[in-house]
Amino acid sequence: MDPRRFLSASRVFIVAGKGGVGKSTVAAALVTAARRVGMTAILVETDGKPLLVDPSHDEGLSARTITPADALSEYLDGSGLGRISRRLVTSGIVDVVASASPGIDHLLVLGKVKQLERSGAADVIVVDGPAAGHALTMLRTPRALGESVVVGPIRQQAHDVLEMLNDETRCQVVIVTLPEPTPVNESVETAFSLEEDIGVKLAPIIVNRLDANDLLDIPAELDANLPEVRAAHFRNDRIAGQRRAVAELERRLPLPRLSLPLDITATIDDHAEHLLAAIERLPGETTP
Amino acid sequence: MSSNVLDSLLATSRVVVVAGSGGVGKTTVSAAIALRAAVHGRRVVVVTIDPAKRLADALGFGAGGTIGNDPIRIPVDGAEGELWALMLDTRTTFDALVDRYSPNAEQASRIRSNLFYRNISGALSGTQEYMAAEKLFELHEDARFDLVIVDTPPTRQALDFLSAPARLRRFIDHPLYRVVIAPSSIGLRAVSAVSQPVLRTIARVVGAQALDDALAFFRAFQGLDAGFRQRAQDVDRVLHQPDTRYFVVTSGQPEPVAEATYFMEQLETQNVTASLIVANRLMPRFATDQRRTPGDPPIPPPLVENLVRLGAEADAEVSALSPLTNRWPATPQRNVGIVPELLDERLDALAALRRLGSVLGDAD
Repeated sequence: MDPRRFLSASRVFIVAGKGGVGKSTVAAALVTAARRVGMTAILVETDGKPLLVDPSHDEGLSARTITPADALSEYLDGSGLGRISRRLVTSGIVDVVASASPGIDHLLVLGKVKQLERSGAADVIVVDGPAAGHALTMLRTPRALGESVVVGPIRQQAHDVLEMLNDETRCQVVIVTLPEPTPVNESVETAFSLEEDIGVKLAPIIVNRLDANDLLDIPAELDANLPEVRAAHFRNDRIAGQRRAVAELERRLPLPRLSLPLDITATIDDHAEHLLAAIERLPGETTP
Repeated sequence: MSSNVLDSLLATSRVVVVAGSGGVGKTTVSAAIALRAAVHGRRVVVVTIDPAKRLADALGFGAGGTIGNDPIRIPVDGAEGELWALMLDTRTTFDALVDRYSPNAEQASRIRSNLFYRNISGALSGTQEYMAAEKLFELHEDARFDLVIVDTPPTRQALDFLSAPARLRRFIDHPLYRVVIAPSSIGLRAVSAVSQPVLRTIARVVGAQALDDALAFFRAFQGLDAGFRQRAQDVDRVLHQPDTRYFVVTSGQPEPVAEATYFMEQLETQNVTASLIVANRLMPRFATDQRRTPGDPPIPPPLVENLVRLGAEADAEVSALSPLTNRWPATPQRNVGIVPELLDERLDALAALRRLGSVLGDAD
């Protein structure tokens, strides 16, 4: 598929995945890939982690961190609590406000994303979401709040965010996983939950760090203690294990897959190249 | 007992807190060191506050298994000590605290049925961390156990519980809280929401009903706060005791190493030093000093290339780990290879954990 077409399928891509699968790397690679094909891009980080792209020399790329706490203080600022909002934060009252309406902070993060999306701030907005379990909580919030809060700005916000999540031309979720049993299990559960509970469209799933090479042929006459032989067995076991995990994923989750190679020295630019190549290998008709 | 770093730490600690990013095998490491300590004669309880029931999986209980908020004993063949495990339930831990400090059952039930309380006891950011610290303290005081091992959740906020007791104290002592709970002659409901501009604004944001629930909660909470404050001090003391140790787990990937670095920094801001860094799931090294004699069958080039490639992967892990290793050279570090037994789901989980424990513990 043409990468531009792939990246134009929706404006917002929320990247979700269990910790340690390379979620932040994939998010950074996605915005970098978008820049490669001439699209403007914003990377949004929600966990306070350091950003993996440097937007300082590229006008078409920007990056920002929106944490739940920031979004909430900003919202309180805007609601006329500006002068004392610092005091509110240090006293723990902001926590209290957040808990009076649980999920309000998550909703406000998505609200900021929606604001970026509506303002047409960039062609592609990539959200490096919280780790898998928390991503589900975050994405479930708008519906829950929309149902429990009867009036006021929060209800409107919840409604608007839900509208964005349920419109596949505006927002899709990219699940990142590894070709290993536990991440595959968790991704399958996350995927069904996202589609059924939240009604958000899933983009092709990204299988990260895949060793896609053929099995090595190990001549039987070689001494089994040779380092080359032991290394070859280790490699073959790894490849075979990954194949089993990918087969399991394919069996349980009917989604197109993008595979990124196991490339330990790769920079974000290299990952972006790998990603573009994988997108080009996707059949063109998967996204209308 | 051998005198290696891990075993001497396990022999001299009352509490071990295990931190690290998700996906590095933190839960498995926690379970493995708990098992090892139990085999060596300690009465160990291992706590996970990760809602994904991963400890249950690691111990072979499976999702939805039998691990609950009360420790259950896991039979271990040939152990001199005991192994217990539990999964933290934030709500029931909070409920137990409320019951303990309420002067009577009526006040306890008023708090527990309050909508605001029901929200915060499950969702207030920091509550989970505080309840983890609370549970840790409770188990620390429990005569059944002499070692508590805590597997922290795989989030950046995992170590918030170090500061949670202090934050709770600060909140209870804050003037705003005093205003909120100030006894009022006009009645329970919405009084302050009318008279206080701050509360009026908050009411506009979260809705008047939610604020009323919060105010009702704080008034019901009155009288309990002294008990909570004392408890927070006790918990804080245990977290900073010299026999409370902190382990940081990472893999050889750059992202988890960055997270491990962040946790090390967090510990420093709390005046706590990590006792052990575990670099987990590293690539094995295949020694290349094997002598070959003429006449041995030739090694095909792809096998030679593969050995070089795997060597490069191992080198990349070492360089990914170097920021951590170089910055905290005094902290002992255990490098652990991939333990094949852990990947094989057909094998007995406890046997696999025992294997990981010996890889972690035995001297090189």
